[in-house]
Amino acid sequence: MAAESLIEIRDVTKTYGQGETAVHALRGVSLRVEAGEYIAVMGSSGSGKSTLMNILGCLDVPTRGEYWLDGSDVARLSEDQQALVRGRKIGFIFQSFNLIPRTTALANVELPLTYAHLRRGERRKRANRALELVGLADRTGHRPNELSGGQQQRVAIARALATGPRILLADEPTGNLDAHSTDEVLGMFDDLHADGRTIIVITHEHDVAARARRLVQVSDGRIVADEVTR
Amino acid sequence: MSPRDLMGAALRGLTANKLRSLLTVLGVSIGVGAVIVLVAVGNGSGKAVQARLEAMGTNLLTVSTTGGGGGFQRGQAGPAAQQYSLTLDDSAALADKQLAPDVSAVAPVMTSSGATATNGDTSYTVNQVIGTTPEYMTATNTPVGTGASFTQQDVDTSQRVILLGQTTATELFTRPASAVGQTIKLGAVDFVVRGVLASKDSTGFNDPNATAIVPISTLRATQAGYGALSQIVVQAVDKDRVDTAQSEVTQLLTARHKVPATETSPFRITNSAQILQTSQDTAATFTALLATVAAISLVVGGIGVTNIMLVTVTERTREIGIRKALGARRRTILGQFLIEATLLSLIGGAVGVGAALIVTRFQLAGVQPVLVPSSIGLALGVSAAVGLFFGSMPAHRAAGLRPIDALRHE
Repeated sequence: MAAESLIEIRDVTKTYGQGETAVHALRGVSLRVEAGEYIAVMGSSGSGKSTLMNILGCLDVPTRGEYWLDGSDVARLSEDQQALVRGRKIGFIFQSFNLIPRTTALANVELPLTYAHLRRGERRKRANRALELVGLADRTGHRPNELSGGQQQRVAIARALATGPRILLADEPTGNLDAHSTDEVLGMFDDLHADGRTIIVITHEHDVAARARRLVQVSDGRIVADEVTR
Repeated sequence: MSPRDLMGAALRGLTANKLRSLLTVLGVSIGVGAVIVLVAVGNGSGKAVQARLEAMGTNLLTVSTTGGGGGFQRGQAGPAAQQYSLTLDDSAALADKQLAPDVSAVAPVMTSSGATATNGDTSYTVNQVIGTTPEYMTATNTPVGTGASFTQQDVDTSQRVILLGQTTATELFTRPASAVGQTIKLGAVDFVVRGVLASKDSTGFNDPNATAIVPISTLRATQAGYGALSQIVVQAVDKDRVDTAQSEVTQLLTARHKVPATETSPFRITNSAQILQTSQDTAATFTALLATVAAISLVVGGIGVTNIMLVTVTERTREIGIRKALGARRRTILGQFLIEATLLSLIGGAVGVGAALIVTRFQLAGVQPVLVPSSIGLALGVSAAVGLFFGSMPAHRAAGLRPIDALRHE
């Protein structure tokens, strides 16, 4: 490889099922992402954008093709090493927040730090700082069902940031939020980008995509457009 | 993840659905409790039988004859039967230290049943009147409670003295102690009460206290006649020498009665140590049977743990996906669910032990349970193992989920 990118996928395909009922979610996608980029991936539903994000987040494996993350071949990593990559290098933000129910905001944010084997005191300090960063310092003891959608997504962002990952993967992060909360979340993304984090946002909303610096458009399992917008 | 964090996560998981966890715990605790209680009941009944037999004296041999039978009446059997009848001479020969060195005491016994004892206007039908020698009291562990035993001299001179069992004395005198020194009639003959026997625990269906004991010579002269002895009671010198004493008795009697070698021995010798052994074996079988039944209920409790853990894993598949996305490793997930399952069954085990400790304080079906300490440890250990074993399948299923499949689960 020449200049080493943070993320590089080459000719990745993903097929679900076999034979005539096979669904081709990705039909050969190549993409490079440099550290510090803010990318929006757009496409209609069923275009394969979520499959792409799952593969980038090491939640799913490609049927064919290569995936290099921060210089290492993901296909060669063991299950535990992949768990380590998910825990240390990637922060996930989901459309449905995916907080652990019946567990306080603080405990939710602490969770990835627990899996990263941090000490109790350090965990608490970092989780509190992350919650402070998203403006929820006064909601640390609340459980997910006691928080509004926007607040839940902010907890999820705090959780994604807690381990200090280089990459933030957001799958329709504003899909379940009202306009005000959407603004708040996107404002946070701007700040994080300014801090130098790599952000990949999957969305089908143009105003969300407009905040990114680069727009990748996916249709029918292929990248149909890739341009720097700002 | 530190053990403390794992424990915390497991506890949160269990308390999330309290009723379900409680019912599962109940299943395990019934199993564990049943094991401990039933083993204690089996053990208790074994101990009770043992205590009763030991009260009878464990170094005791009772010799009777199958050929001649114990004769109460004169000339009731033919010559072949009489050849094997037990006689006072047999009894004297067995008492000979030279001939039977392992025998410490011998008492010939004749019995007569259905005799009526009378004290003034009060009368009572004595179950069994035993004619014997003073050795009988020590050999069969039948101490005299108040008063004194009769002596060998009383036997030699056929004195009309009598020892009353507790029931007999109570029936005749209301206060057993007041009987000593009084005169009663047995049949038509006057007897002076020498003493009252100490109360005895029942070893069978008959009341062992509804008896009276008189010198054997007196019984022959006044009640039973001069037929054969009904049995000879033999005491071995030591608990461990009972078997040697038994073979000495057999040899001696076989020789004295000239029993042909081809014939099976006409003498039946009951060895109380053997009876004890047999009843202990029976008790052990009984205990094993109860423990098996209880163990089955413990396994059923374990299946309850598997069942509930499978439900939990299915319900929390999405949570497992989230945890994996946040960097949880396979063994972290495995550990969390294994600890949940083990906690369920360990709590169940502790509750079961507590319940068993309370229940075994009371008599169950007439048996005072005696706790076997090892059964508590075993039941607790088994319940932990049940958690690990029955929890491992659901836990492995959870840990093996691919993150994306788990996250997509609705």
